Amino acid sequence: MSGQDRSGRPPVVDARGTRCPVPVIRLARAARDLPVGATVLLLADDVAAWSDVPAWARMKGHTVTLAEDEDWTEFRVVLGTPRTDRGQADRST
Amino acid sequence: MARTRTDTGTTGLLDASRGPLHPAAQAELAAAAGMAWADPTALHPPGRRARAALDRARDVLAAALGVRPDELSVHPDAETALELGLSGLRHARRRVGSRVVAGATERSVLLLQPGTEPPVPVDRAGRVDIEAYGVALEGEGVAAAVIQRANGEVGTRQPVAVVNSLCREAGVPLLLDATASIGRDQMLTDAPGQASVLVADAAAFGGPPLGLLAVRAGTRWGLPGPRREAEQGRTLAAPWVPLVLSAAQAWQHVEAEHEAEERTARALVDEVRRAAASVPDVEVVGDPDDRLPHVVTFSALYVDGEVLLEELARRGLAVASGSACTSSVLRPSHVLAAMGVLTHGNVRITLPLGAVSPTREADVARLCRELPDAVATVRRRLGTDEL
Repeated sequence: MSGQDRSGRPPVVDARGTRCPVPVIRLARAARDLPVGATVLLLADDVAAWSDVPAWARMKGHTVTLAEDEDWTEFRVVLGTPRTDRGQADRST
Repeated sequence: MARTRTDTGTTGLLDASRGPLHPAAQAELAAAAGMAWADPTALHPPGRRARAALDRARDVLAAALGVRPDELSVHPDAETALELGLSGLRHARRRVGSRVVAGATERSVLLLQPGTEPPVPVDRAGRVDIEAYGVALEGEGVAAAVIQRANGEVGTRQPVAVVNSLCREAGVPLLLDATASIGRDQMLTDAPGQASVLVADAAAFGGPPLGLLAVRAGTRWGLPGPRREAEQGRTLAAPWVPLVLSAAQAWQHVEAEHEAEERTARALVDEVRRAAASVPDVEVVGDPDDRLPHVVTFSALYVDGEVLLEELARRGLAVASGSACTSSVLRPSHVLAAMGVLTHGNVRITLPLGAVSPTREADVARLCRELPDAVATVRRRLGTDEL
């Protein structure tokens, strides 16, 4: 499936050790080249990411689930329909 | 004094969370420092003079809060008054329990008090989930409840009347935090007198930072430890009277001007909201209508809050931010986080009073004009303009 490597695992963005807004920026860069429906994982340990990654996903029409590890959080993002117009987040998911 | 308004450095000031004094309050402070400097508890003539002046100022400030003068005490700052107000309620009801019902966007000084975990969730606009609030009130061991009149960071008003009746039904005393609203928002139509404890901040209406704490007669309220002497038995020392006189002076001017002031501030914030919303990937947060007249905040995706602040400062505009990188503890605003909105690239505007900043309208117009380019400049610098 698109957005995954041959092993079938989704791409991983490791933003551990960086602070806001870097995790969201790296995630957005990775998401830009992936098709709708693809999954991308983000690893982050910045507390601001807990609110900023879901907020970014909401603004962009993606869905996100959080899984907390001991020292960091894994954000699993499923990409939604890219927005065609500013401010109009798609609600297809 | 021959001091002019331009001396106060208010040009470009769009962060008046602790603003400059109202010119009349500043004049009063200088005058009062020369005649009401004495300890108001002293029995000699200067002390009696200070006492009389303090009594007059207390009458004015009590009327501002809609309470009786003997219900009001004055404290060094709003945070002290909030902490004390809640401590007194909790201590008086310690046999009932120690839990405090509070929304997730209440001020940190209250949420850091014991018993407030977990706070009641809020919606995207920052308004408390009223059903969850009611359920929490019915729980075991609730000593007190807390609600803000409106949030000072995002402007959203809370459903105070509903919370008040829920508290009455549950028999739980309510602390109403009006520190961001009294003096700026609907001061005459508000019904703050219903809460057991009410707290305001003179800095919100052009006075010096001064916490105003009203504990309504008949409220079970008390502090642990030996009885305190000053300010209705609530503090260790009497206030410095010139500060209280200055606050009362600020109130009298703001009260006389409040209708036009609120209308103008509301229109200016509407302008900022429109301008910010038209910048790509910028989200304006907080309730667009049911809000404080003078507060607005928005967040820009892929932007560092600190860098955006500096970029606006370079253009002569002083704003605040709730982003983590702008806080000393590197944590984002708990208000923005609780609302589930973006915390990075955040800009917070608290308009000064028109009487304090003669350039206010021009500053807002300049912000609206500069904002798109300021955001684009920061994104270019961070290499995020293509995202």
